[in-house]
Amino acid sequence: MNEQQYQAVIDTHPDMEGPLLPLLHRFQHEFGHIPPDAVPIIARALNLSRAEVHGVISFYRDFTDTPADKPIVKLCQAEACQATGARLLKEHASQQDEVAIESVYCLGLCACGPAMAFDGELYARVTPALFDELTRK
Amino acid sequence: MSTRVYVPADAAARALGADSVAEAIANLDLDIDIVRTGSRGLYWLETLVEMDSDQGRLGFGPVPAAAVPFLFEAGLPDADHELCLGLVSDIPELAVQERHTTARCGVIDPLSLDEYRRYGGFQGLEKARQLRPQDIVEQIQQSGLRGRGGGAFPTGIKWQTVLNAEADRKYVVCNADEGDSGTFIDRLIMESDPMMLIEGMCIAALAVGADTGYIYIRSGYPQAIATMRRALELATTAGYLEDLQLEVREAAGVYICGEETALLESLEGKRGMVRYRPPLPALEGLFGQPTLVNNVLSLAAVPAILADGADQYAAMGQERSRGTLTVQLAGNVKRGGLYEVPFGTSLRELVDSLGGGTLSGRPVRAVQAGGPLGAYIPPALFDTPLDYEAFKAIDAMLGHGGLVVFDDQIDLGEMARFAMSFCAEESCGKCTPCRIGSVRGVEVIDRIRAGEQAEDNRILLKDLCDTMIDGSLCALGGMAPYPVLSIMKHFPEEL
Repeated sequence: MNEQQYQAVIDTHPDMEGPLLPLLHRFQHEFGHIPPDAVPIIARALNLSRAEVHGVISFYRDFTDTPADKPIVKLCQAEACQATGARLLKEHASQQDEVAIESVYCLGLCACGPAMAFDGELYARVTPALFDELTRK
Repeated sequence: MSTRVYVPADAAARALGADSVAEAIANLDLDIDIVRTGSRGLYWLETLVEMDSDQGRLGFGPVPAAAVPFLFEAGLPDADHELCLGLVSDIPELAVQERHTTARCGVIDPLSLDEYRRYGGFQGLEKARQLRPQDIVEQIQQSGLRGRGGGAFPTGIKWQTVLNAEADRKYVVCNADEGDSGTFIDRLIMESDPMMLIEGMCIAALAVGADTGYIYIRSGYPQAIATMRRALELATTAGYLEDLQLEVREAAGVYICGEETALLESLEGKRGMVRYRPPLPALEGLFGQPTLVNNVLSLAAVPAILADGADQYAAMGQERSRGTLTVQLAGNVKRGGLYEVPFGTSLRELVDSLGGGTLSGRPVRAVQAGGPLGAYIPPALFDTPLDYEAFKAIDAMLGHGGLVVFDDQIDLGEMARFAMSFCAEESCGKCTPCRIGSVRGVEVIDRIRAGEQAEDNRILLKDLCDTMIDGSLCALGGMAPYPVLSIMKHFPEEL
């Protein structure tokens, strides 16, 4: 069953140069992670070794081999957000059990930090109160 | 004709609530045509609502969604309204700028080809089509444009190298993997004026003889990716991409892929490991073919250079830094945002006068220039002009013009540790000085901060920094020591 699903993703993937990353993005998008049993199928389709595909998956942060068990909140912890209180925000956020906190380094909102990404939206000038309001919905 | 009201829609304006402002205006049921622009980058004024008037665009801001009924209480707001900022072009922080590359940002609908053309778009490409490739390259050389991604390498020389390379196939690649803290200009351009980047890439491809191009955008910028993809569809339909096959590729969340050789590996579908040089990417780049890799802003500067002439571009700036620099003022600053100014403007003018000092109101302690690999500069050196060589002379890096302001609450010893731990986290692992040096760097800084043989460990740390600078394969390990050294030098009480 799974194999057919994986093959369907591969079959509808357009022909392109350097197809591995775009294909992995599609898997991540479709399944919420890259299922380990999809690796040999991807490898065969692209004429790569399983080790090569595994190496790429493990190198990039966007690709995971297990699905997330909680909603992920990305908190920017880069310098510009640190200058406006990102560390304190993270300390506060870590007390919350409902969501998984992931530190990221730059969301491109450096003039209006601290920044966070949650549920497909970006938020700027995030205070602990705003964090609570957004994540407790 | 209904009145046009402009509401920004770049990712930052939306993160500050611009969508709910637009929605609130639409709900008023007035005879209004809402145009979603990108952003002017005046982020302290977002949401900056603009409206056409006889004198030009009137600005209102910052407008929270809750204030929309108040703003339109008497029908269309006018210059007497409490929230009115006057003519947008007269806003002091905008009026002093020289907006060349970013002239259309926040002004036009980013996905309107008509508006792009009305504001001078595609004139550069039309001129380029009448020139020989060598003549285009000479225009770029004469303009004095240097790589805006941080390296500041003369763009024209890179173009010439790719043009001279003989191959059946050549590529142009736009590095839009903007991962440095304190920078957002690539995002702003892609979300506010994507056609300019497409035009720049078309000109670059004509100049070097490439028929395929990629725009490699970091995955942390989903809106930029979507806007660029839509802009490419529109430009293709309108026939602007007949000679160039251009495609957007999404990166996958790794900082090192902003290094150009790691980026090429990633485009090829491999781990983003930095390559040895030589060979230069200009000679053996993507899939082993000659490849022009330029930053978003370098390519974005190209259409205007062709349209208005290299001399006009070169007339701005000073010494070997020509044209304008798009400064991104970020961090703890009152009026943070985009400031496109000629080279030569002083750091003090930007941070104190234009930026208005810190957001917290406390004294400025330091500015980190050029991203996470750049030096921390103390206020005593704020008279330094924005100029690549002048920054080099104070052991700092101007880089892409990202400036992060910190107030006196910042623990700079901790920031030095952060620089090393960031390098350890993001190292691709190929070379030893970066992979291991950064981990050792964190450990040595921890010992100094704990007071363990602090003097001996300071000597060790300097030695380690030298090894990383001289021995690393790329700029990550080669420059991560600069923030550390600058803190040791300018703020000795902190480390």
